[in-house]
Amino acid sequence: MLKVSKELCIGCGICEDHCPFGAITVEGGLAIVSDTCTLCGACVESCEVEALSLDVKAKQVQDDLASWTGVMVFCEYRRGELAPVSLELLGVGRELADKRGAKLTALLLGHETSKTADLLIGHGADVVYLVDHEELREFRDDCYSQVSAALILKYKPEIVLAGATAIGRSFIPGVATVLNAGLTADCTKLEIREEDGALLQTRPAFGGNIMATIVSESTRPQMATVRPKVMKELEFDAARKGSIVEVTPTKEQLQSRVQVLESVVAEAGSVNIQEADILVSGGRGLENAKGFELIRELAETLGAKVSASRAVVDAGWIPYPHQVGQTGKTVAPKLYIACGISGAVQHVAGMQSAETIVAINRDEHATIFDVADFGIVGDLFEIIPKLIRKIGERR
Amino acid sequence: MKIIVCVKQVPDAKDVRLDPVTNTLAREGVQSIMNPYDQHALEEAVRLKEIHGGEVVVVTMGPPQAEEMLRLAISCGADSAFLVSDRSFAGADTWATSYTLEHALKKIGNFDLILCGKQAIDGDTAQVGPGLATRLGIPYLTCVQKVREGNSTGLIVERMMDDGYDVVSVDLPALLTVVKNINEPRVPSLKGKMKAKKAEIIKLSAEDIGADPACIGLPGSPTKVVNVFPPEARGGRSVLTGTLDEQLDQLVDKLIPYL
Repeated sequence: MLKVSKELCIGCGICEDHCPFGAITVEGGLAIVSDTCTLCGACVESCEVEALSLDVKAKQVQDDLASWTGVMVFCEYRRGELAPVSLELLGVGRELADKRGAKLTALLLGHETSKTADLLIGHGADVVYLVDHEELREFRDDCYSQVSAALILKYKPEIVLAGATAIGRSFIPGVATVLNAGLTADCTKLEIREEDGALLQTRPAFGGNIMATIVSESTRPQMATVRPKVMKELEFDAARKGSIVEVTPTKEQLQSRVQVLESVVAEAGSVNIQEADILVSGGRGLENAKGFELIRELAETLGAKVSASRAVVDAGWIPYPHQVGQTGKTVAPKLYIACGISGAVQHVAGMQSAETIVAINRDEHATIFDVADFGIVGDLFEIIPKLIRKIGERR
Repeated sequence: MKIIVCVKQVPDAKDVRLDPVTNTLAREGVQSIMNPYDQHALEEAVRLKEIHGGEVVVVTMGPPQAEEMLRLAISCGADSAFLVSDRSFAGADTWATSYTLEHALKKIGNFDLILCGKQAIDGDTAQVGPGLATRLGIPYLTCVQKVREGNSTGLIVERMMDDGYDVVSVDLPALLTVVKNINEPRVPSLKGKMKAKKAEIIKLSAEDIGADPACIGLPGSPTKVVNVFPPEARGGRSVLTGTLDEQLDQLVDKLIPYL
């Protein structure tokens, strides 16, 4: 409960301004707390007369906290390929493990993964737990969750990381629930807290309008999914030494109530915009589906992939897997070229971590220019063909 | 087919912003809405009921004000609604929320299918659905874009993956989380609105659902928010100048290193 001292409260309203949830109103010179209070404590810190206090019991601390050590990274393998985010996770995982003076282990599930385990060692893993089984060829939440949870319980890493991909975001919450562990989704920054070694997990919320730092102090493992393209992978080093432990899953762990009947790949390989280094993105300013051809042409010139704003996807000019933004994908390419995109908050939330942003828009007041590193105001039907020509001349 | 739809009342995210100077939430004019993904979950439930018969029950964990959203759900085709509300739920993370919903659902009774939105737009975690299914010991599929066919024992659905989609069969009871392109939610009918006005919203407290106080709300949550701050602003407005040709030359200079 959030308590307000009637004696101390002077009804100044500072807490009302600081409440992120609109849960406090000042009535008759006294702060009144409503049911929308989430006990976040922002008001307690803001109060200058110390009239507010939080009376909350902390989560009971797990008995065996200290017996959990090391960092474990879930490495995603599908259709003969390792998801690139896996190597990025090993990069940040190595850093965290070194800071904690502990081991970095990799968990590799799949079938016919061949030399992938060696690749993981070359990218930083001390140990790879390899679970290679026919039943793990296709992704199924229950099998993946049961196998992973069993290995985490056996090896007790204090930190478990996975990619914030369709697969990671789907089965990792199941694993965290089985383990009664705290889980933070979509992290963009991971650090170790000096005083107690806890994992500080920073992530965007409210569609990217707010950043929040989260800890799981009293439970282990501390689990997080991490956005692709945010962390840096280590360069492959063939001299790195590590061990591969082959694990045979039990029959129970492979039991599933789900069957994958068919996998449909959209536009073979061209769709995963989260992995692209350059994205050319089109919006409503293209006027119609034909206008979108211009985007494809520019993308081809630049060796880029094509993405789009929600308006364009809704209009049916391009399918949903290309959508960037709050209800689409979050991308962080090296270069993002926004053509005819006004820059709604929901769109910007999905692309503002791009290294360089270029905007082309006829409306000089368009908010996309607020986040652009380079902007050109003008008619994209004139600009893009000229741009394509000039790039051709310069190469 | 008895279908339970889990819904959440959220602030309309496009209105929510931290003031970069005071580090507080600018919330003037922020509306509370039903989480958009949950609207699609509700619509899918009502469509499945229309095909297979049965009933649609909506459940939310939230403050008393969420009753309004539940009435909206009834006006859109839900048959009954439960409001799981208690001051002691405040500050729950996804672990404590799925615990609370699990206990609420056990109180509500049997079901064949649970539908949830893919994620809520305030937290964007996508964790409560999978957590709830895991607690209930039923299979789940996330990011479902289409229910192809089904009967009382199983469904065949399309679930989105990063590179396309998988066609998957799942035994019932199960939990699905849905994405927006699964359907187009209907607007409430006049008859629906009348029904919603008269409907009884059933309230359940922590005690009613037999929740352990150590597992709910902030004290039950493994995760804790220790800091909230605005995202780093990108560099200021930057528009190239000169004739179009000059601007394009400048731009190409900047682009070449990336090629």
